[in-house]
Amino acid sequence: MAVKNLEQKLAILSDAAKYDASCASSGGQKRNSRDGTGIGSVTGSGICHAYTPDGRCISLLKILMTNFCIYDCAYCVNRVSSNVERARFTPEEVVSLTLEFYRRNYIEGLFLSSGIIRSPDDTMGDMVRIAQMLRHDHGFRGYIHLKTIPDADPTLVEQAGRFADRLSINVELPTDAGVTAYAPEKSPQQIRRSMADVRNLRDAGKDKSHTGRRAPRFAPAGQSTQMIVGADGANDAVILQSSTRLYSNFKLRRVYYSAFSPIPDSSVALPLIRPPLMREHRLYQADWLMRFYGFDAHEITQSARGGNLDLEIDPKLAWALQNRHIFPVDVNRASREILLRVPGFGTRSVQRILATRKHHALRYGDLQKIGANLKNARPFIVTLDWSPRGLTDDADLRARFAPAPQQLSLF
Amino acid sequence: MVTVVLPTVGTFTAWRKAARELAQANVPPQSVLWSRGEDTVDLFADTPLVTGSARQISVPKGFLELAQRAIWHADPERFARLYGVLWALQSNPVLMRDRTHPMIARLYMMAKEVNRDQHKMKAFVRFREIDTTTTDTAASPRRRFAAWFEPSHFTLEPGAQFFANRFGDMDWAIFTPDLSAHFTQGRLRFEPGAARPELPADATEDLWRTYFRSIFNPARVKVRAMQSEMPKKYWKNLPEADLIPDMLAKAQERANAMVASAPSLPPVRAQKLRDRVRATYPLRPGSKIQDRTQDDLFE
Repeated sequence: MAVKNLEQKLAILSDAAKYDASCASSGGQKRNSRDGTGIGSVTGSGICHAYTPDGRCISLLKILMTNFCIYDCAYCVNRVSSNVERARFTPEEVVSLTLEFYRRNYIEGLFLSSGIIRSPDDTMGDMVRIAQMLRHDHGFRGYIHLKTIPDADPTLVEQAGRFADRLSINVELPTDAGVTAYAPEKSPQQIRRSMADVRNLRDAGKDKSHTGRRAPRFAPAGQSTQMIVGADGANDAVILQSSTRLYSNFKLRRVYYSAFSPIPDSSVALPLIRPPLMREHRLYQADWLMRFYGFDAHEITQSARGGNLDLEIDPKLAWALQNRHIFPVDVNRASREILLRVPGFGTRSVQRILATRKHHALRYGDLQKIGANLKNARPFIVTLDWSPRGLTDDADLRARFAPAPQQLSLF
Repeated sequence: MVTVVLPTVGTFTAWRKAARELAQANVPPQSVLWSRGEDTVDLFADTPLVTGSARQISVPKGFLELAQRAIWHADPERFARLYGVLWALQSNPVLMRDRTHPMIARLYMMAKEVNRDQHKMKAFVRFREIDTTTTDTAASPRRRFAAWFEPSHFTLEPGAQFFANRFGDMDWAIFTPDLSAHFTQGRLRFEPGAARPELPADATEDLWRTYFRSIFNPARVKVRAMQSEMPKKYWKNLPEADLIPDMLAKAQERANAMVASAPSLPPVRAQKLRDRVRATYPLRPGSKIQDRTQDDLFE
């Protein structure tokens, strides 16, 4: 086999990494290199340095250390039984790529993942070494996200958290049955145990000892996970229940949903039908409603047909259409909790409404200036000079929002 | 009529000083002509505006913060608008809290556009390494980089600090048509703008282009999502942007090929590895993985 050069390796190992949706670089501990002894900074909010035509942001250098893997997860392009071309970076190559990209302002940092080679401990050990080299040998203060290997020794995970801003372990599929069916070497219990370990280490990192000294910081940007949507039969209700448990049990920062997309050389065990990308989008919207708008998973999916979210209208609008008895709400009197439930009002609009109405009662035009989406909000609100009258209870209200029906293609 | 010429660097501090003095001297907004140009050391050196005891000028919290953003906007009326609000606030301090008031709403809009432009500068500046030939590292251990960028507003001055904090151990320069920022030996200074400089080719740029091409998933094309965040006006200075048309043209074909290609035979080494792994992780009941060997497939 011919020796691959750095560019060939980069092509293979970034191609192999793209099925991880996360590219977030926010929430790290603030730091900079103004003193000239190192390179890099974290400002707290992430920066997307480029966008590819799939609409995804490039914030981090997202690569695998190697795509050789001894596991055989059906949905994964790097499973042992796949014929994709394989490559492996040396730790020095990963370090150099990260630094050179960073110095040219292409990236916020590194998101390093890996196939499992030899053993989980060997793989995790190499990843920790890369992070350590960046931090200690090169004074790198940019963002590091490490994917932890579920079966790796907890002491390695602990070390990883000292160098990295974020750790993640993918639950892969929404149900335990799904993992058993498609990821034979992975154990859902083990994945959860690892997540619990990270949570405990993070909690411990926030405590002060009796002398008042803080424990060393541990993964300040928290942990996240990803599940693949549409590879097994789980519906949206099951997926959102699963996310709710993950958020509350392990204090995850984010759950990412990745619509199963065809991969090169895919496994016979999987359907080749891709779920609509819109499904993934609706799940993210629902996820947002759970985290920032006070909805719970059951409310969002109670009216969903077959447990799946409406693909034509967003979940908040769908909920409002099912709960018209609470609408229209008076923008000048309703509580924050209720305003957050109005379609077309985001958290920021609600905050501005509350601030403005201390000074004067709001008119329809004020809401426009505030930046609310009135096309969606109109049927559900009352202002000084606007009342939806019968519109709220109009039987055809849904049709005003859903895209016009299209004739199915004959071919 | 009073004419105030603000400097190209330190514009905000100078505006603040001038505005305070004008308000103290009770000069109404319609009597001030604002512009930005050559540096003037003392604005009212010849004609002191205030004589005797000065009127106390105070502004509500939030105004200065907002002014400090909005002042970098390209709107030629920006200084006058800010002074207009400052003037109005003297008789009506609660005005600041009314985001729907046209004057206030305008400032918020300007500040938002400046923030976005500044954010995009942080994202889309692309450095190239210069002077790589100097091997005399003892004399100058700091590596040197330069970039050309075209912001839509005057965002280099407020934005330069970000780069100083981030690229602390290297020397760098960012050139824009209006102003250039230079960070040398840990010191940040500004110089006049420049025409686009000829920067030497940088081999790492090719690696970056390879990365951009490879991280793209052709099975999910969302051109609008890309363009709303990376508008075309920035493309001409992004080394990766000229790859986009070709990536898009081939995306559908690549995605179709993935679906159409029949599942292939596992590589020979897979069987050996799998046997080893199965010894540690036996298949659990319910698994849909089939441990087929090459021979099974031909049965």
